[in-house]
Amino acid sequence: MTHPHTARDTPATEPAGTAPAPGSPAEQRDRLTARQGTPTPATGPEGTPADLHHHLTTHLDGAARAWLDQALDEAAAHPGIRGPISVWELRLAEAGRRCGAEHADAARVLIMHSARAGTDALSRVYFQGTAAERRSVLHALPHLVEGPEALPLVEDALRTNDTRIIAAAVGPYAARHLAPHHWRHAVLKCLFTGVPVAEVADLDRRAHADEELARMLRDYAAERTAAGRPVPEDLHRVLTLTDPTATPPARTVRHGARGTDGKES
Amino acid sequence: MRIFDPHIHMTSRTTDDYQAMHAAGVRALVEPAFWLGQPRTSPASFFDYFDSLLGWEPFRAAQYGIAHHCTIALNPKEANDPRCVPVLDELPRYLVKDQVVAVGEIGYDSMTPAEDTALAAQLQLAADHELPALVHTPHRDKLAGLRRTLDVVQESALAPDRVLIDHLNETTVKEAKDSGCWLGFSVYPDTKMDEERMIAILRSYGPEQVLVNSAADWGRSDPLKTRRVGDLMLAEGFTEDEVDRVLWRNPVAFYGLSGRLNLDIAATEATHEGNSILRGGA
Repeated sequence: MTHPHTARDTPATEPAGTAPAPGSPAEQRDRLTARQGTPTPATGPEGTPADLHHHLTTHLDGAARAWLDQALDEAAAHPGIRGPISVWELRLAEAGRRCGAEHADAARVLIMHSARAGTDALSRVYFQGTAAERRSVLHALPHLVEGPEALPLVEDALRTNDTRIIAAAVGPYAARHLAPHHWRHAVLKCLFTGVPVAEVADLDRRAHADEELARMLRDYAAERTAAGRPVPEDLHRVLTLTDPTATPPARTVRHGARGTDGKES
Repeated sequence: MRIFDPHIHMTSRTTDDYQAMHAAGVRALVEPAFWLGQPRTSPASFFDYFDSLLGWEPFRAAQYGIAHHCTIALNPKEANDPRCVPVLDELPRYLVKDQVVAVGEIGYDSMTPAEDTALAAQLQLAADHELPALVHTPHRDKLAGLRRTLDVVQESALAPDRVLIDHLNETTVKEAKDSGCWLGFSVYPDTKMDEERMIAILRSYGPEQVLVNSAADWGRSDPLKTRRVGDLMLAEGFTEDEVDRVLWRNPVAFYGLSGRLNLDIAATEATHEGNSILRGGA
């Protein structure tokens, strides 16, 4: 497919504003703006595979839709792991340039679903995948794996420092299977790296009356305060959820969750 | 001034560099797979490196509003180590990835038979995957290396206009241009090209199919050399359009041959409060 951005041959223009001098206030503001954006991950594709398919068929252009239909048929006809790379794995790799980056996650989840990928196939795709492919595997887990056997993928993802991958790791599959200790660390990692806790699936239920999580949050708040740094808004939100007598707040907030320093290293 | 650095090894650079590059106008770059200073001893070490070029490094670049793509290959120096050669067998699964815009860096280091084999095999892989190729020319015995490189390109399935010959200088530019390949120049503090000599070459040979890069890596190098060349071009009477052609449109045209360039970050980064930086994970 001819990507609209590859053939650009326009006269000299500034695509993103005039670059301010290094270290200038304008430059620092730009950088803060850029960094502020980083903790906000691309929200994963939501809904059942049928929902995703409906969404894509109404949003993709003709060529991309034809490509996807063929990719799904191939995956259904030749599922599983075949040779060094299966046809459906090739389609996963090229989904971004075929469907556009904004639809790639959904397309990849559908291809894995059509290929009836189990834990072994998903593990191979994950460990041989780009960041975008790894993220799509994490999004596919709740649709494709019943039990806890794919947890090593989630645990690997939670060891990264890539907020896009961390956000995808704390989805419904982690909510269902991640053991309490790992789950609490995942919540704390979101606070550290600036992934909005609204990304954490089933947060209300799992946080409810979790005294250990409450202790960890209070200790973290104390550490931030001792350093003269602000306590992230999201920390208070989760702390409220841990209160056994509290009524869980609305679950739709997806914004305004700036991380503490965007870095955990 | 918008800048696309078509050859820079960000794995070896800091976030301060990313910040300074963005401030200087860099909105896109290509990171070619190459050697890391310390020789590798097993294919697995390459795979972790390739995965980093397709995962962690684009994420770091996006934090600073810079679109990151890469080229993948077994480099010529390590093609001489039989422990590393099996990397060639695994390249196909990397060459299908969305962010891979060329096969590279390939080419010659010491001009050995092992390098002949790796170069020819990887030019074929580029043709098989409909990718262009980024070809490094050697530091030692450069002109002979260029001629041998052009011979191998000529015999390959890849058309010259899908090949970028890099690290050119006064002694190699003419023959490279006559071959019909794209022309890459690396501007360094001490070695390779400098800004003034780059201007002289642009005057003699014109801006057609010319790409200027910093090739900044773990050695003495400067990630802002692209900007310095742009500034000097303007000071020496080149137009803004010519600067834009060399520093933006030529790299976009060459790597665009892959059909895989996605410059959304560069296009939207200032207007979406940075949120677009992560959209789609590009």
